[in-house]
Amino acid sequence: MATAAAHAGHDAHDDHKPSFFARWFLSTNHKDIGTLYLVFAFMAGTIGAFLSFGIRMEMEEPGLQYFSNPATYNVFVTGHGLIMVFFMVMPALIGGFGNWFVPLMIGAPDMAFPRMNNISFWLTVSGFACLVCSLFVEGSPGAQGAGTGWTVYPPLSSSAGHPGPAVDFAIFSLHLAGAGSILGAINFITTILNMRAPGMTLHKMPLFAWAELVTAFLLLLSLPVLAGAITMLLTDRNFGTTFFAPEGGGDPVLYQHLFWFFGHPEVYVMILPAFGIVSHIIATFSRKPVFGYLAMAYAMVAIGVVGFVVWAHHMYTVGLSLQTQSYFVFATMVIAVPTGVKIFSWIATMWGGSIRFTAAMHWAVGFIFLFTVGGVTGVVLANSAVDKYLHDTYYVVAHFHYVLSLGAVFIIFAGIYYWFPKMTGHIIPEWAGKLHFWLAFVGANILFFPMHFLGLAGMPRRYADYPEAFAGWHKVATLGGHVFALGMVVFVIGIALAFRSKARAADNPWGEGATTLEWTLSSPPPFHQFETLPKIVDEPAH
Amino acid sequence: MSGSQDDGRQRAARGVRRTVAACAGMVLAMGGLALASAPLYDMFCKATGFNGTPLVGAAPTAATGEALAPVTVRFDTNVSKNLSWRFRPEQSSVEAVPGQTATVFFKVTNVGKEPAKGIAVFNVQPDLMGSYFVKVQCFCFDEHLLQPGESAEFPLVFYVDPAMRKDPDIGTLSEMTLSYTYFPSKNGAPVAEIAKPARTSNF
Repeated sequence: MATAAAHAGHDAHDDHKPSFFARWFLSTNHKDIGTLYLVFAFMAGTIGAFLSFGIRMEMEEPGLQYFSNPATYNVFVTGHGLIMVFFMVMPALIGGFGNWFVPLMIGAPDMAFPRMNNISFWLTVSGFACLVCSLFVEGSPGAQGAGTGWTVYPPLSSSAGHPGPAVDFAIFSLHLAGAGSILGAINFITTILNMRAPGMTLHKMPLFAWAELVTAFLLLLSLPVLAGAITMLLTDRNFGTTFFAPEGGGDPVLYQHLFWFFGHPEVYVMILPAFGIVSHIIATFSRKPVFGYLAMAYAMVAIGVVGFVVWAHHMYTVGLSLQTQSYFVFATMVIAVPTGVKIFSWIATMWGGSIRFTAAMHWAVGFIFLFTVGGVTGVVLANSAVDKYLHDTYYVVAHFHYVLSLGAVFIIFAGIYYWFPKMTGHIIPEWAGKLHFWLAFVGANILFFPMHFLGLAGMPRRYADYPEAFAGWHKVATLGGHVFALGMVVFVIGIALAFRSKARAADNPWGEGATTLEWTLSSPPPFHQFETLPKIVDEPAH
Repeated sequence: MSGSQDDGRQRAARGVRRTVAACAGMVLAMGGLALASAPLYDMFCKATGFNGTPLVGAAPTAATGEALAPVTVRFDTNVSKNLSWRFRPEQSSVEAVPGQTATVFFKVTNVGKEPAKGIAVFNVQPDLMGSYFVKVQCFCFDEHLLQPGESAEFPLVFYVDPAMRKDPDIGTLSEMTLSYTYFPSKNGAPVAEIAKPARTSNF
C-alpha cells in the first residue's frame, strides 16, 4: 500500500512528529485527526450547549423573557439539534474515538486513506462554519437563522416559510458534513475489512470496531438519501422545481419519507459507537470478557438492518393506512429485541465480575440505566395510537434526550475518562470524573424526566411560550439544566488538573480487564504504531 | 520472502480497491434512488392511489348486481392568491353510487384584468379513498387560458370503485371530499408562488 511504503522511511525514528502547522492542519495521522475531531466536537458542543441554555432560560417561565421573536427561539432549537447531532455526537464518537481506536484495536498502522481522513475532518468543519453563517442571515420573514427544526420539513423550510438564505446555508452545511461523513465511512469500512492484523478475524474483532463498522455502513446507505432530499429542497427553493410543493404536483410528505429514511438510521449512527465503547468499559472494569460476544456483535448488525425499515414511525400523523401503521409499529418493536440482548449482556458481563467503580465505570453503568429508560419510552412511542397523542410533545423530547443526551453523551464522557490516559498519557483525577458523573446524572434526570409529565399533559415542542399550567415542571427542568452545566465545569477542571499534574499514565492503567490492543502500546501511543503487525493468537475476544 | 511480501501487498491493494468500489457504488445507488424518488413516488401514487391521489381510468364496465350504499362526495374549490379567478362547483356535493359514473360541472371565471393560464391540482380526503376514486374525464388534466371576464364550464366525470365497500379501513365510509386548487400555470406546470423578502431583526 502507498501509505505503508511512504511510512517505511520513518522506521528508524517512529516518534518523529511534523511541525505544528503540518501536524494539525495537514494532518494524516489517525490519532491526530481523532484529537482534532474531539477538540472540534468539544467546541461545537459548547456552542450547542449555549443554544440549549437559551432554550431552557426562555422555558423557565411562561411568557417571552429573552426572545422577543419566537422565530428566533426556533432558530435556537434548530441550531441546538443540528449542532449536537452532526457536529458534536458524530464527530466525537465516530471521527474522534473511531479514528483514535479503530486502527489501534485492529492492529493497523493507520486508516486506509490518511489524506481522505483529513478531508473528512475539514469538510465537517466547513459544514459547521456554514451552519454558524446561517444563524446570521435572514431566514423566516423578520428573523435571522433557520427555524425549521433539525428535520427541515417543507413547506416551513421552503421559500414560503423561510424566504431568506438561512435555510440554504443550513442545507449546504448538511451537504458538507454529509460528504465528510460518507468519506469517513468509506475509510472505516476499508480499514476494518482490509487492514486487520494477521489472525484477527471479524469474529475476534473488538466490539468497538464492530460498532464503527456497522455505523459506517449505516452512514453509507442513509446519508446519500438525506443529500438527495435536501438537494431537491434546495432546487425547490431556488430553481422553481416543485418536488415537495403540492401546487406543482409535488408532495411534502415525500420529503418526510426521505428525511426519516435517513433520520432513523442516523439515530443508530449516534448510539451504536456508544454501544461499542460501553461494552469495553463494562468488560474492563468487571475483569471479564464481555458476555455473549457474538450476540453483541450481531445485535448491532440487526439493529442496523432493522433500523432501515422503521422510518415511518416518525410520521404516524401524516395519514398512513392502518396496515402501514401496523407494520411500522411491529417493525419498531422488533428493534427492542436486539437492544434488549445488549442490555442483558452488559448486565450479565457485570454479574459475578470483580467490579471496580472507576469514573468511566460510573458513566457506563449510568448509561445502561438511562438508556433503558429512553428505550422504554421508545416502545411506548412506537405504538401509533399512543404516538398520535404524544406526537411532537415534550414526551418525545424526553425520550430522545434520554437515549441521546443521556445515552450517547454519557458514553462520550465515559470514553474520555476511559481512554484519556491512553490518548494523552495524563491522568484525570478520579474524584473529578465521579463528581462530574453525579452532577450530570442528577442534573440530566431533573432536566429531562419532568419533560415526560409535560408531554403527557400536552406541552408541544418547539414553542417559545406556554400556558401557566406547565410552569412548574419547566422550572424544575431548567434547574436540572443548571446542575448539568455545573458538571461541565467540573469536567473542564478535571482535564486542566490532568494536564497540570506531573503524574503519567501507565501503558495499561486499568490492569487485568483491559485486553484490547491499544493497552499493549505506550501511553500516549507512538506517533506511528504497529510497524511490525501484531499477531493475534487466541486473543480472548471482547 | 520479499516476493511473497509483494504478493501480499498486491492482494491487500486489490482488496482495498474492491472495498472502495463497492462503497462508492452503494453511495451512488442510494443517492440516485433518492434523486429519482420524486418521479418514482409520483408513479407509485398514480398507480395505487396512495396518499389521496385519485386514479384515472375508463368508465366502469361491469355493472354490479347488488345496490351499494352511496357515498356523498363533497367538492372543495380553491384558487391560489396569485390567480384572480373565481372557481365554484355547480353543486356542492353529489351522491355517488359505487360503480356508477357521475358528472359534475365546475364554473371558472377570470375576474382579473389580465388574461391568465391556470391549472388545477387535486386531492381526495380521506386519502385512503384515493385508490377507489376514479376520474374518467377531468378538466384538471389540462391547463386553461381565460381572457379577462371570460367564464368557462368544465365537466368532471368520475366513479367510485365498488371495491371500496370491501376495504376493511374505509368500507363503511359515507362521505368524502374532492379538493381542487387552481394555480397559475407556466408551460403546463403550476408554478410556486414567489415569496417576498421581509426585513430582519433578531431579538
